[in-house]
Amino acid sequence: MQTALGTPTIAAIVSFLVIVALTLAITYWAARRTRSTREFYAAGRSVSPLQNGLALAGDYMSAASFLGITGLVALRGYDGMIYATGWLVGWPALMFLIAEPLRNLGKFTFADVVAFRLRQVPVRIAAAFGAILTLLFYVLAQMVGAGNLIALMFGLRYEWAVIGVGTVMLAYVLFGGMIATTWVQIIKAILLLFGVTVLTVLVLSRFSFSPDSLYAAVASRYGHAALEPGGLVSDPIDAVSLGLALMFGLLGLPHILMRFYTVPDARAARTSVLYATGFIGYFYLIIPIVGFGASALVGREVVRQVDAGGNMAAPLVAELLGGTPFLGFIAAVAFATILAVVAGLTLAGASALSHDIFTHAIRKGAATEHEQIRVARIATLAFGVVAVVLGILFKGQNVAFMVGLAFAIAASGNFPALLLSIVWSRFNTAGAVWSILTGALLAVILIVLSPTIWVDLLHHATAIFPLRNPAIVSMPAGFVAGFVASLLTSEPDAEAKFHDEKLRTYLGIGAE
Amino acid sequence: MEFRGLVWRRWRVSLLLTLLLFVLYYGYILLIAANRQLVSRAVQGSTTIGIVLAAGVIVGAWALTAAYVIWANRHYDPAVTHLRERIRAE
Repeated sequence: MQTALGTPTIAAIVSFLVIVALTLAITYWAARRTRSTREFYAAGRSVSPLQNGLALAGDYMSAASFLGITGLVALRGYDGMIYATGWLVGWPALMFLIAEPLRNLGKFTFADVVAFRLRQVPVRIAAAFGAILTLLFYVLAQMVGAGNLIALMFGLRYEWAVIGVGTVMLAYVLFGGMIATTWVQIIKAILLLFGVTVLTVLVLSRFSFSPDSLYAAVASRYGHAALEPGGLVSDPIDAVSLGLALMFGLLGLPHILMRFYTVPDARAARTSVLYATGFIGYFYLIIPIVGFGASALVGREVVRQVDAGGNMAAPLVAELLGGTPFLGFIAAVAFATILAVVAGLTLAGASALSHDIFTHAIRKGAATEHEQIRVARIATLAFGVVAVVLGILFKGQNVAFMVGLAFAIAASGNFPALLLSIVWSRFNTAGAVWSILTGALLAVILIVLSPTIWVDLLHHATAIFPLRNPAIVSMPAGFVAGFVASLLTSEPDAEAKFHDEKLRTYLGIGAE
Repeated sequence: MEFRGLVWRRWRVSLLLTLLLFVLYYGYILLIAANRQLVSRAVQGSTTIGIVLAAGVIVGAWALTAAYVIWANRHYDPAVTHLRERIRAE
């Protein structure tokens, strides 16, 4: 198959320019409404549940899941479907366990919730550490992915791609804050859902709209094994550990948690999770059809030839079924996806640096609005520049494991402290600090000792820690550290404030 | 106290739904690990039990979320409004 991939076609350039122009126009409009910290971090708490549902979906559906899962299904068949389900199941858990308390207790970051009745300085520093560590690994994976993808799709040089993503994304966040970032997510989510829907319909149209005929075509070409579980779940403990990280990592992702402050109240937060779960569920439900379509129509050999990891499976099906114009559109959507996700991560990183570290840990809560906004913009710039520099430094490195690492840190470091602070009256400052540090650092250490880094990257013969994903060990460790440190110390002040916290958690009395 | 009862009810519903989610998702994963032959069997034509189950996990997870929203809108929110008004009156 001849492909226009890697050469900048007119359709790709036009789609790309339209998306960038549209999002920058929104940023210009949003910039004039972004004066206070409430607007910069939380879009004035005026986002509707449907808008927030789309924005949550936009933050979550990354290029890695769009291109990566399609590729995984294309090359490895059913295993890709198992993987796809794992990406959805965190959303119900987020709803049941923390969405509403988070909305009622916090202001701008999840550290607001953890530090609610505890000593501000140590808890803020620990929580910001957990947040920034999560975000850095996440953004690094996105940046390296962006550089590779854009180089592959548009033929642009890797470094220019990374700098381009960094510059446009900084424009959104610096000038338009959360209002612009939310609208960029909404646009991107709609484009992505639309693009994948069209791809699915085009694929199914080749099989007289019967998924069964599609599976039959895949099976006749690559054998029935393509429709059976392969190597992904060969070790059930590792599979459950990955599942735990995906499920509870979501409950500790700072850029997702931050979105709950953009809606007016707990009820709106609840409705927005239902919308988000619907959109994301739909996305993961139809993505495998595109992947199987790539297998049956394009062929695994061609997919692998263009990119060994299979990341170009979706663009290749788009080109085969919709021609160069549709390929250009899908390429531009993938680009918009990366831009939006990086913008969300950067805003969350800036809020941890400026709201948690500067305003609360350094200034003890006494900073003027004007000062806070200025520091927020400096922090945005700093986080964005670090992301670009890391992206360039890690060129050519295999960083796919880093998203998994970010989820493992979030599940082990951020989530236990967040949940314990909401439900347990004895939880105190020592507990929070030890829980976050133990969970986050143990997750990092165990990943380094796991086959992913110790064998695959450092080329040792055997791994010291046998599992590829550490969450099944590091997440319980985060909880145990929180329990033990809380029980060994006493903080009557924190216990005394628990009743007020409960009234706010469940009834919303005093919520922002 | 009425407030304590409400908090207890909320967590009972939340934890029950979380438990169902665990059964749904980890049950699916462990079933694949335990009985590969079963999930590879065809339901109809080339569609395997595994494919149906994967779609079922996604739809089921969404249904659990919807169940929570329906419960919270019907039972939790009115109770919260009632309690808030009482506390304000006191």
